[in-house]
Amino acid sequence: MTFRDIVPTVVLIALLAFVPAFITANTVLNFLVFTLIISLAAQGWNILGGFGGQFSFGHAAFFGTGAYAAALLQARLGINPWIAFAIGTVAGAAVGWVIGYLSFRSGLRGSYFALVTLAFAEVLRILANAATFTGGAAGVLIKLDVRPSNFQFESRSAFFWIALALVGAVLVLTRWIECSRFGAQLVAVRENEAAAKALGVDTLRVKLGAITVSGAVTAAAGGLYAQYFLYVDANIAYGTWISVEAILAPIVGGLGTVFGPLVGAVALHGLGEITKLAAGSVPGIDLMVFGGLLVAAVAFAPEGIIGLLRRSARSKGTARHA
Amino acid sequence: MKNIMRPTRRAILRAGAASAAVLAMPAYLRAQSQSVKVGILQPVTGALAQDGEFGRMGAEMAIKEINDSGGLKGLGGAKLEMVFGDARSNPEAGTQEVEKMQAGGVAAIVGGFASPICLAATQAAARYDLPYIVDVGVSDPIVQRGLKNTFRFAPGFGIVTGFALDNLVKLNDGAGKPAKTVVLVHEDGLFGSGLAKLMQTELPKRGFEILETIAHPTPARDMSNVALRIRSLNPDLVIPSSYYGEFVLLARTMQQQRIRPKGVYAVLNGAASNYRFVKEFPEAANGIMDCNHWYDPRNPKALELKKQIEAQGKVFAYNVPLNYSCVKLLADAINRVGSADRAKIIEALNTSTFKDHIMPYGETRFVDGQNMGAAPVNTQVQGNDIKVIFPDTFADAKPQFPVTG
Amino acid sequence: MYSPAIIAEAVVNGLMTGAVYALIALGLTLVYGVLHIINFAHGALLTAAMFAVWIVYEAFGLDPYLALLPLTPLFFGLGYAVQRLVIGPASHGNDSNILLVTLGLSIAVENALLAGFRSDTRTLNTDYGFQVVEFGPLLLSKPRLIGFGAAILVTVLLWLLLSRTDTGKAIRAVAKEKFGASLVGIDVAHVYAVTFGLGCACLAVAACLLMPTFYVNPRIGQAFVLVAFTIVVLGGMGSIPGALLGGLFIGVVESLCGLFLGDSLGQIGIFLIFILVLLVRPTGMFGAKA
Repeated sequence: MTFRDIVPTVVLIALLAFVPAFITANTVLNFLVFTLIISLAAQGWNILGGFGGQFSFGHAAFFGTGAYAAALLQARLGINPWIAFAIGTVAGAAVGWVIGYLSFRSGLRGSYFALVTLAFAEVLRILANAATFTGGAAGVLIKLDVRPSNFQFESRSAFFWIALALVGAVLVLTRWIECSRFGAQLVAVRENEAAAKALGVDTLRVKLGAITVSGAVTAAAGGLYAQYFLYVDANIAYGTWISVEAILAPIVGGLGTVFGPLVGAVALHGLGEITKLAAGSVPGIDLMVFGGLLVAAVAFAPEGIIGLLRRSARSKGTARHA
Repeated sequence: MKNIMRPTRRAILRAGAASAAVLAMPAYLRAQSQSVKVGILQPVTGALAQDGEFGRMGAEMAIKEINDSGGLKGLGGAKLEMVFGDARSNPEAGTQEVEKMQAGGVAAIVGGFASPICLAATQAAARYDLPYIVDVGVSDPIVQRGLKNTFRFAPGFGIVTGFALDNLVKLNDGAGKPAKTVVLVHEDGLFGSGLAKLMQTELPKRGFEILETIAHPTPARDMSNVALRIRSLNPDLVIPSSYYGEFVLLARTMQQQRIRPKGVYAVLNGAASNYRFVKEFPEAANGIMDCNHWYDPRNPKALELKKQIEAQGKVFAYNVPLNYSCVKLLADAINRVGSADRAKIIEALNTSTFKDHIMPYGETRFVDGQNMGAAPVNTQVQGNDIKVIFPDTFADAKPQFPVTG
Repeated sequence: MYSPAIIAEAVVNGLMTGAVYALIALGLTLVYGVLHIINFAHGALLTAAMFAVWIVYEAFGLDPYLALLPLTPLFFGLGYAVQRLVIGPASHGNDSNILLVTLGLSIAVENALLAGFRSDTRTLNTDYGFQVVEFGPLLLSKPRLIGFGAAILVTVLLWLLLSRTDTGKAIRAVAKEKFGASLVGIDVAHVYAVTFGLGCACLAVAACLLMPTFYVNPRIGQAFVLVAFTIVVLGGMGSIPGALLGGLFIGVVESLCGLFLGDSLGQIGIFLIFILVLLVRPTGMFGAKA
C-alpha cells in the first residue's frame, strides 16, 4: 500500500474533522457520534463479510464483549478507561478467534456459519443477563466523571473526533487489507474457497485472521458506545439490534468496499431521521422502511451505494467517449 | 376651544413616554403572554409503545388542564407548551430527543419511562443543567449518581420492595400468620432479578421460607412447567414479578389446574393490577394482589381522569396519573419561583412540598432527587375491580387473605 | 428433588410443546431442503399468522381451530406470492443475497405488524383455552394435547404429499437436482413458490394451535424462530421426520432443563445443543450433506 492508496481516506477524514467547526448543534453532533459508532461496528463486519464472504449474523457477540469489558474493567476494577477500552478491543479479537476457530475448523460456511454466530451471540446475551459479575439484568453503570483522562468529555465534539479517528484508522486498515496479499487471499476465499485452497492458500488461517480483526474492530465500537452512553446491559450489548445494524450498513453502502459501511451507516441513519420527522408517531415505520430498503438494495443494487456510484461513473465515462 | 379629536402635544408626549416605558420593561414581564416549553419524553414507538402512549396522555391532560384554567399563575398566565420527543424504546433515541429539546429551549423535561432510557436521558440533560423529572424508571442508580438536575417523583425499586415486604408481613400477621412457604417467580430482567435477590435475603429474616425461585425469560414460550413446579411444591404464597403476557399465562394455567395458594402476592407485576387483565380474565384474576404504582383512589380529580380515559375505551394505567402529577409538580415549581429559569426550577423542586397531585404520596419532599413521600400501594382484585388494600390512609377495601374460592 | 410424577409431566409437557415446535420447524426445513435457503423471515411470518388468527377471532368470532380452514390456504397463497414475487427476483439466485433478502423481509414484516397493532400483547379467550385433562396424577392441558395430535397429523400428511403426489415428486426432484428437473420440464420457479407456500401454510396451522394457550405481540415470532433453527439443524435440513423427532427432542430438553436449571438459564441448553450439533455434525440426524 502506497501513500497514494490512502489519499482519498486521509482527505475525507481531514474534511470531516472540520465538521464540528461549522456544526455546533449538539443534536447533530450526537447523531453523528452514534452514526460513527455504528459505522465502526459495520466496518468490522465488512472485513469478514464483505471482503471474506463469511456472513455473520451475530456480530453483537464482539460488540457486547468490547462494551462489557470496557465498562466492567473501569467500573469494577477501577482500571483507566482508555486502557479498559484497549483491553476490550483485544477481548473482542479473542472472542472472534475462538468463534472462528470452532466454526471454521468444523467447515461451517454460508447459512450454517450465519446460524452458529447467531447462536453464540444469543448464548452470550443469556449469560450476561444471568451472571452476577456482569451486573446481571441490572447492567453496568459507568460513573459520570467528566475528565479527558477518564475518557469522558464535556463537549460532544471531542467524542466526534475520537470516533472519527477510529473510523479513519479502520478505513486505512481496510484499504491496507484491500491492497495486501492477505486481502487478495481473503477475496479468493470469498469467491471460491475450494479453488483458493487448491492454489495453496491456507484458508483456515486467512479466515481466522479476518474474524479476529473483525472482532477487534466491532469490539472497539462497543467500547466506544459504553464510554459515550455510560450504561450497558445484556440487551444493549448483545442484542440483535447491533448485529442487524452491522449487516445493513455495508449492504446498503457497498459490500467489500472501504467506504461502504460508512456511507451505508450515514445513509440509513439519515433516512431514519427523515422518516421519523415525516412519519411522526406511527410505530415501526422507519424500521419497516429499513427492511424494505434491504430487500430493494439486494434486488437492485447488490453492490450498494458505492456500486451505484461506480456504475454511473463508468457509464458517464463511456458516454463521453461515444 | 380645544379640539378633542386632535391629540394634544402633551397627550402625544405622554403616550410616547408610556410606550417607551413598556418597551423598556424586562423581557420576562413582556413574556407574560408567551409560553413555557416543557419537554415530554416517552417511548411511543417500539417495544414500550403502549406505556409510552399512556405517559404522553397523562402529560397532555395535565398541560391542557393547566392552560385551560389560566396558565401558569406565577408567570402571569403564560401557557405551557409541550415539546414531545419519542424515545423509541432505546437509550440512544432518548438521548437524541433530549438534545433536540435542549435546542428547542425547553425549561424542563418530564418522562422517560424505562430505566435505561432514563439513565441516558437524565445524564444528557445534566450537561445543560436541564431539570428532568423521571416518571417511572425504578432503577435506584437513577437518583444515586449525584446529578443535580434529576428528580424522581415515583418510588424507586428500593422503596417499592421495602414497602412490599413490610406489607406482606403486616398482611400475614393480620390474618394470623397462615403463610410460611413461598415460591418466587420472576422475569429475568431488571425488575424480576432485582426483586428476587432482595426477597431471597429479606424474606427468611421475617419468618418466611423460600421453597424455590423460578426465573423465566420474556418472552417465555411456555409457562406450564412453572405452573407444574408450583403445583408440586404447594407453597402458601406465590410471589410473581413478570410482564403482562407471561403472568396472564401463568394465572390462567394455575386457575385451570386448580392451583390455589393462600395468596398470590405480586410485586411490580405487569398484569396483576392491570384493568385489562381483570376485565378479560376475571376468574383467573380474582384475589390476586400486587404492590405497584397506583393513583389515589379517594382523590376526585383522579377518578375524573379515570372516567375520561375509560370513556375513550382505554385502560387507566398508572402511567397516566403519574405523568399528570409530574407535570403539575413542575408547574407548581415554576409558579412558586415565578420563573422558567432552569436553576430556579431546580431550586424550587428541591424545596417543593407539592400536595395537589393525584398519587398516594402525601406531601412531596425531595432528598437527593428522590421524592421521599413516594410510595407504591398494595392492590387486590376483588369483585372484578382493583381495590387498594394498603396503606390504610388510601385504602378503599380490606384485604382478603387467605384467598378462598 | 422432583417426584417421578413431576418429571413425567414435564416430559409430556415437553412433548406437546415440541410437537408445535416441530410444525414450525417443518416449514423451515422444507424450504431449506428444496430452495437451499435459510428463511430468516420465518419468525416474522409466524407472528403474522398468529395475528391473523387473533384478527379472525376478534372480528368474526371464529374459533382458532376453525380458523385453520381459511387461514391455511391463505397463508399458502401468501408464501407462494412472497417467494415468486419478492425473494426469487430480488436475490438473483445468489445464496448470500437470499439470506439478506429474507432478513430484510423479516424486519419489514415485524415492523409493519408493530405499526399496525402497536406493541401490546393480545390474547384469545376461548372456553377450552385452559381446560385440563386428567391422566392419573398428570394434569395435561387439553388444547395442547389437541395441538400435539394435530401437529403429528400434519407432519404425516405433508410427508404423504411429498412421497405420493406428483407435486411432491416434482418438489423432491427439484430438491435433489434442480437443473435436471428443469430439463425434464418441471417449472422450478413454480416449485420453489409452492414449497415456500407449504412452509407458510405449516406456520398458519401452528399459529392456530398455539393461540388458544398463548399470546401474540409483534416480537413473539422471534422467540420461536431460534428454536426452530435448532430443530432444523438437529433433525437435518430437509428432513421431515427429522423435524418431527428433532422438535419432540428439543421440547423435552427445554422442559427438563427448565425444570432443573430454571427457565432462563435453561434456554442455554437449547443453544448449546445447537452449537454442538453445528460444530460436530452439521447434517443433523437425518439430513443430506450440507
